[in-house]
Amino acid sequence: MFSFIVSRILQALPVMFVVSLISFAMFAYVGDPVSIMLGQDFTEAQRIALVHDLGLDEPFFVQFAKFIGNALQGEFGLSYRLSRPVAELIAERAPATLELAICAAMISLCVGVPMGIYTGLFRHSWLSRFLLTFSLIGVSLPTFLIGILLILVFSVWLGWLPSFGRGDVVQIGWWSSGFLTLSGLKAMILPAITLGLLQLTLIMRLVRSEMMEVLRTDYIKFARARGLPNRSIYFGHALKNTLVPVITIAGLQLGSIIAFAIVTETVFQWPGMGLLFIQSVGAADIPVMAAYLMLIAVVFVTINLVVDLLYYAVDPRLRVGRGRGH
Amino acid sequence: MKAFFDSDIWWSFRRSPVTVVSAIMAFICVVGAAFASFIAPHNPFDLASLQLMDAFKPPSWEAEGDPVYFLGTDDQGRDMLSAIMYGARVSLMVGFCAVIFSTLVGVTVGLVAGYMGGKIDSLLMRIADIQLTFPSILVALLVDGVVRAAVPREVHDQIALFVVIFAIGISNWPQFARTVRGSTLVERNKEYVQAARVIGLSPLRIMRSHVLPNVMSPVLVIATLNLSFAILSEATLSFLGVGVPPTQPSLGTLIRIGNDFLFSGEWWIAIFPGIALIVMVLSVNLLGDWLRDALNPKLR
Repeated sequence: MFSFIVSRILQALPVMFVVSLISFAMFAYVGDPVSIMLGQDFTEAQRIALVHDLGLDEPFFVQFAKFIGNALQGEFGLSYRLSRPVAELIAERAPATLELAICAAMISLCVGVPMGIYTGLFRHSWLSRFLLTFSLIGVSLPTFLIGILLILVFSVWLGWLPSFGRGDVVQIGWWSSGFLTLSGLKAMILPAITLGLLQLTLIMRLVRSEMMEVLRTDYIKFARARGLPNRSIYFGHALKNTLVPVITIAGLQLGSIIAFAIVTETVFQWPGMGLLFIQSVGAADIPVMAAYLMLIAVVFVTINLVVDLLYYAVDPRLRVGRGRGH
Repeated sequence: MKAFFDSDIWWSFRRSPVTVVSAIMAFICVVGAAFASFIAPHNPFDLASLQLMDAFKPPSWEAEGDPVYFLGTDDQGRDMLSAIMYGARVSLMVGFCAVIFSTLVGVTVGLVAGYMGGKIDSLLMRIADIQLTFPSILVALLVDGVVRAAVPREVHDQIALFVVIFAIGISNWPQFARTVRGSTLVERNKEYVQAARVIGLSPLRIMRSHVLPNVMSPVLVIATLNLSFAILSEATLSFLGVGVPPTQPSLGTLIRIGNDFLFSGEWWIAIFPGIALIVMVLSVNLLGDWLRDALNPKLR
């Protein structure tokens, strides 16, 4: 178990290295922080002094090492656009994005898995056909369009739910939560559905095809021959074996939920990290982009690691295989 | 031609009404987009013909609609139907070019990695793995953001279309590379490749004229499914305001503009381009699904 974890962490290191290299290269070579900070009037001496102060006259690897050192301490410099520390900006907006992502992931799992099981078991019922058509539309609908349609129906026409912002938030230490107020919860509904819908349809289709695959295998036939009730065949034998790919995909989907949060947050003007990022892309605000890239890389690497560990927990074959020294 | 009509593919095409309908829809989209400048009822970019008096006209079947503007007009009095046709042209063009770009990169990398093997293979596939760790829309956004920061604004406006094509194309190549590498690994050890090697052909020639034709059919399927994905990516980028330049609005740009008028009741400005986008993507998706099943002998 220990060596497994260590080897996975060692595999993650090159990814982090490459990402921080890209991130640093953006910092160092794209845009010109010196001219931005100096403004219009400056002497050559001032310019050289600033270059020296920023450490831009040092060799590449010294700069890179410093960058990594600073990044490890959560220090990414000032945003060009807002002139505030990047770390502060991101910390301020992280809770909004995380709460949204968690809600969306819950929706997609809690609705997607049962729907997948149902359509896998009762392939020819009209409800299954309906759900499958619905899922095809879900895959073809871009996230932002789902958001716009939901806003149009539930905010503009029906007036039931708010269409932008987070509602009232409660500060718990540095974390601002929208879960504790009614307006916060109401504001969560539309963005969470928007963000979760694509993942929901993907998970549903995946569970369905896995379920159909497993139901064709020999051990299910044996279980039937042994006279086990359907319930125990479906849930005790079949479902368990569909879980491995579902865990992988669900884990990786969590990553894309965070990526698509950029779109959802733009549609709903949700004050999270994604909105910050897209505003930074528009304004070519490199420090924020670099920091966001690093942060996302950490999140993704962690998710992949956790998925691998879950594999290990769910699939006994991996454990046996290791024990025999493969 | 007769061989084509006798083939399995044509048979499975005719047998599936959904596929026929989606092919027709896709055909209408492509023709409407490609010949927009000939068949569109108005020219939305001809500033002289725009009348602010005509702004915000609802679709013609509504009470205040104007029969001249079938799907209504936007905030500047542009005919929505024409704007959609011109927009679809930009969307389709960016989508096609991006797919061609990622196919070129992906197939080349996959062929080289699979045929050469060894260090080159592990290096190339490692790069693909690292990139696959991140969702492609994020990669595309990042590429777009970096280019935006690297070049001055005036230059960027001119090359924006190419930047979008590059950003979307580069964000999708690993999928092609992986598939092609997999098939190349299989083909590499077959007798015909060994024979080619024995008669002394150069690796480049073997890859291009012997291996390549035999690994292309899965590429065709991925490319079709990828087209809908590329169209969606472009729409998403443009909706976020970082895609194609505003002077050449795509469907995503139109939806972005329409989004601002959702609350004042002018729903048609966002919804009609949205429907056009969905129809386009859905029909391409359905065609891709069908193609995958038709080319997969296991499912027959």
